Amino acid sequence: MADAPLIAARGISKQFAGVEVLSDVDLDLMAGEIHALLGENGAGKSTFAKILAGVHRPTRGTLALNGQPVEVNNPTTAQRLGITLIHQEPISFPDMSVAENLVLGRTDSALLGRVPWAEMEQGAKDLMTQLGVRIDVTKPMRGLSIADQQMVEIARALASDSRLIIMDEPTAPLTPKEVDTLFKIARRLRDEGRTIIFISHRLEEVQALCDRATIFRDGALVDTVDVVDVTDEDIIKLMIGRPLRELIHKTGSEIGEVALEVSGLSQPGMFKNISFSVRKGEIVGLAGLVGAGRTDVARAIFGVAPAQSGTINVNGAPVTIAEPSDAIDLGLAFVPEDRAVAGIFKTLSVEHNITATVPGKIAPRGFISRGIEKALTAQSVKQLRIRLASVRQPIGELSGGNQQKAILARWLHTDPQILILDEPTRGIDIGVKAEFYDMIGKLAADGRAILLISSELPELLALCDRILVMAEGELTADLLRADATQETIMHAAVPKTGNHAQESAA
Amino acid sequence: MTMQTETAKPTRDSADARPMWQVVLVRPEVMTFALLVGAFIIASNLSPFFSDAQFILESSTYYVEYSIIALVLTLVIISGEIDLSPAAMMALSACVFAALYQAGLPIGLAMIASLATGVLMGLFNGILVVVFKLPSIIVTIGTLTLYRGLAQVLAGDRSIGKFPQWFNGIDYRLILDVPVPVIVFVIISVALAAILGTTVIGRQIYQVGTSEIASIHAGIRVRRIKLGLFVAMGVASSIGGLLTASRLASVRYDMATGGELQMVLMVMLGGTYIFGGRGSILGTFLASWLLVIIATGMTVANIAITAQLIVMGALLIISIIATNAIYARTQR
Amino acid sequence: MSLITKFLSTLLHRREAGIAVMIVLLALVVGAIQPRFLTLETLRIIALAIPLILIAAMGQMMVLVARHVDLSIGSILAFSSIIAGIMFRDLPDVPIIISIVAAIACGGALGFANGVIVTLFRLPSIIVTLGTLSLYRGLVFLVSGARQVDPQYIPRSLIEMSQTSPIFGIPWIVILAFVIALLTYFFLDHVRLGRQIYALGSNPVAAPLRGIKVVPLTILVFTMSGALAGLTGIIYASRFGYVNPGITGVGFEFTVIAAVVIGGVSINGGVGTVLGTVLGVILLGMVNVALPLLGVSAFWQDVIYGAVIVIALLIDKSVRDRSARALAAARSAA
Repeated sequence: MADAPLIAARGISKQFAGVEVLSDVDLDLMAGEIHALLGENGAGKSTFAKILAGVHRPTRGTLALNGQPVEVNNPTTAQRLGITLIHQEPISFPDMSVAENLVLGRTDSALLGRVPWAEMEQGAKDLMTQLGVRIDVTKPMRGLSIADQQMVEIARALASDSRLIIMDEPTAPLTPKEVDTLFKIARRLRDEGRTIIFISHRLEEVQALCDRATIFRDGALVDTVDVVDVTDEDIIKLMIGRPLRELIHKTGSEIGEVALEVSGLSQPGMFKNISFSVRKGEIVGLAGLVGAGRTDVARAIFGVAPAQSGTINVNGAPVTIAEPSDAIDLGLAFVPEDRAVAGIFKTLSVEHNITATVPGKIAPRGFISRGIEKALTAQSVKQLRIRLASVRQPIGELSGGNQQKAILARWLHTDPQILILDEPTRGIDIGVKAEFYDMIGKLAADGRAILLISSELPELLALCDRILVMAEGELTADLLRADATQETIMHAAVPKTGNHAQESAA
Repeated sequence: MTMQTETAKPTRDSADARPMWQVVLVRPEVMTFALLVGAFIIASNLSPFFSDAQFILESSTYYVEYSIIALVLTLVIISGEIDLSPAAMMALSACVFAALYQAGLPIGLAMIASLATGVLMGLFNGILVVVFKLPSIIVTIGTLTLYRGLAQVLAGDRSIGKFPQWFNGIDYRLILDVPVPVIVFVIISVALAAILGTTVIGRQIYQVGTSEIASIHAGIRVRRIKLGLFVAMGVASSIGGLLTASRLASVRYDMATGGELQMVLMVMLGGTYIFGGRGSILGTFLASWLLVIIATGMTVANIAITAQLIVMGALLIISIIATNAIYARTQR
Repeated sequence: MSLITKFLSTLLHRREAGIAVMIVLLALVVGAIQPRFLTLETLRIIALAIPLILIAAMGQMMVLVARHVDLSIGSILAFSSIIAGIMFRDLPDVPIIISIVAAIACGGALGFANGVIVTLFRLPSIIVTLGTLSLYRGLVFLVSGARQVDPQYIPRSLIEMSQTSPIFGIPWIVILAFVIALLTYFFLDHVRLGRQIYALGSNPVAAPLRGIKVVPLTILVFTMSGALAGLTGIIYASRFGYVNPGITGVGFEFTVIAAVVIGGVSINGGVGTVLGTVLGVILLGMVNVALPLLGVSAFWQDVIYGAVIVIALLIDKSVRDRSARALAAARSAA
């Protein structure tokens, strides 16, 4: 490794709307190394990578390239400086040929200049040969697999002679064979003296490919290690090393009959053969990394995107859920992960948002009764302590936590017996989070069955009676609370490259 | 599938509620109303006719068929879709009516057949949008050409008339000094305003237009609502076609050519948001009268009917821009 | 994987081949029923029907490729046509070519205005051009005083463009149309700026990330569409020998859109070739000529246009769905 680092980051910090998601990161990236960035969801590794690639600008801190201070203000500048970010699902122009996608955006010829088709295609072919992949460069991007699209992106990086190539979870959508090819190419690029940042959840891959690894946790850099010196266990410890927060789980909820049972639920490309059950009064956690297919399973159960095969039983009877209204009639409720898109009606009033699921209640004789609506809303505001200026203000004006309370309130009015909560506390203040934990515990104590999807392990460990773990579209563990630790969950959640499923999660 | 960065940690729990005067005043319907008052004052100065309510009522009969359809179109646009085919649906359903009547069918049955045609056309639009998931804006451009073409096939380039005397001239039939079509318009306005403002369906139309995904997650039957709205468009267009047939005492395939512009204009001028989720029947109601006064005013002021095209086109664009600006202000 | 790409690309290429086959079949079938269809005279009629649609179709195609629509071309056509007609009538001393250039420039200016409104206020182009469709038609009436420009004012030389031929009996305007098509082909396929239009329509979100200047490019596309509609206005005057503010170009946009989508240009942007569009125009022109020969009322024309637009949308959608499904299946089978 050369002496002067290719990139020297000093004190890089990033705030989003006042929240610090990355603080004071110092990191040297050497020429000719493959460097892994590791961490849980939300640890800050992707934010850091995006700052390097000019997608985000740091709030504080400096970057130096070969010892020279540089400002990477946008992706175009990054490209010019020789930094390329390869997205997991690459940005492309699907209707245009591979060769064109390679040169689009290059500014080395005039706008009214001719497109040198033959030269362009030859150049593209050469790059593909150089990479050792067989992609017909005259074919449109649309037909390419994700793996091939990534190769095109890598070829783009080579074409502009990038020194630093950042791969953001490139292997998640790839098959083992495709991963092998990618690794071969990555090693070749390293041997040419280029630097590669490799973001991945798969520790085996990190062991197999990377020279050094930097671990992020809660927006800070924890440690940078030589990969040969550490074991998977060491890395996992570094990733989750924070102390367990003091959380009170409402114990004493009676666990009763099976309320929800799914078996053999499959959806090609998303998840496969998912079977589990949730009992009344039980809180079952569903852990897994982003992209493991947890949300897809939840959406399938609730009828948003029904699964291709498999059965669902509610209270012991088989049911057909073709659309969400069927699920609601069966006593299911679903708090979706993406609150801004799938949860709230941003410009409509809090009132209208809260009563959206209970048209029959607010309009007993077909016409909406303002009195009932007001009463229902007031009841929710009081019960869940939703803080707002007026129930008639647009819900978009509330804080994230209060929006989420309103969404939960919407479902409580349907008196659901089975609740599916998908990342219910994401993006919510610590204080409000505690309120949510309280509520979830109470709901279970009332005898409701709860399926809690969360990426926060302490949350799952504190709340759940049982924890299911998914990896790459399959259930990999069903842990009783007594057996569950952050380590056991992480082990089940981290995909194994060597023997991972035929079917890879998209 | 990149890592989620924690969304913003709020500094406050919610924004302050907007003051009441803002909620009431800063909305597009107020703009429409102000324009209506302004247009009325200018028109009255131009011609004493405008102080006469009877004159305005009579003038309105030329536009009221469009106004009726525009009311339903308001609901369609609030739900996040659009239908550009109503003028063609008017023509085709009127041609079906006239051709069947001419072929010897009793007039009542011919009218029912016309309404059924409306249902079918609306259903066809709706199925293309809801089942085949095609963008309504382009689909209805296609079906507008299709329906107009079918009307032409059915009626050729002749006028079909000779309806019984009682059928013709509905615009001259008065109830309490008000022409019947205007009464129909007012009744439909009140009915639709009631549906939109006080029923679950109305509420859900707004919700679907605000966020289709959130609506699906909340268990709202989005497809059923949209299909219903497209069918309602067909029925309203058919009613509009029959009213026009009665007013003109004849039917031609080119009935209401270019009418889609006027209808979209009424909805936009009434402050309905082109991207869905916001708007009101009141706005469209006011805009309908505004358009009557503008169009009649220009005629009275001897501005060529043709120059009115300029005004209509410019108004459409300006009203969309203005409405967008008002919503952008209140959205924060 | 390669199987899927192969399938998709053949399907894309087959679109042009498919239209070509349909053209041949149509000629044979109609010719079998009505032998008059297969005469040189009919060929000439078809050839003369083509330029009007083809030139404007080149503009509309670019607009669709950029993921927009221009509904105002019929009115732009009329405006340019009337401007030229008035200049012919009232300024007989001005060389014809000046009037023609003025007409095209007017078309370009109106198209430019469309582009500016669409980009500046970020409005859906279909609604904006619905508005300008009316607005521009109003301008036509305004500048013409609602008066027709009568045949005697249209210069002989211009009318002869539709009648005389420099070579093989192919009229001038037909040659002009194909030259325009060739130029468009060259621009879209061999000039970097032209390729950017495809990129813009193929992925409008990513386009600016690759340094494409979306606003000027969009305005340029609308301007070109307007200018080509303007040129069509001249051809119109040449073909029909008069300009009428209330008739010229009314409903023209639907004919052109129908021709373009038959030619395989996707309403979703990013897809479309000049060859396909040319074939689409020829097919539509043939249908128009064949209908009366077969004794089918010309009234069926609009039905065909409308049905064609709807069917093309459905085909486009199913191709896209199928390719998405094939990809998902390939991914889970890999």
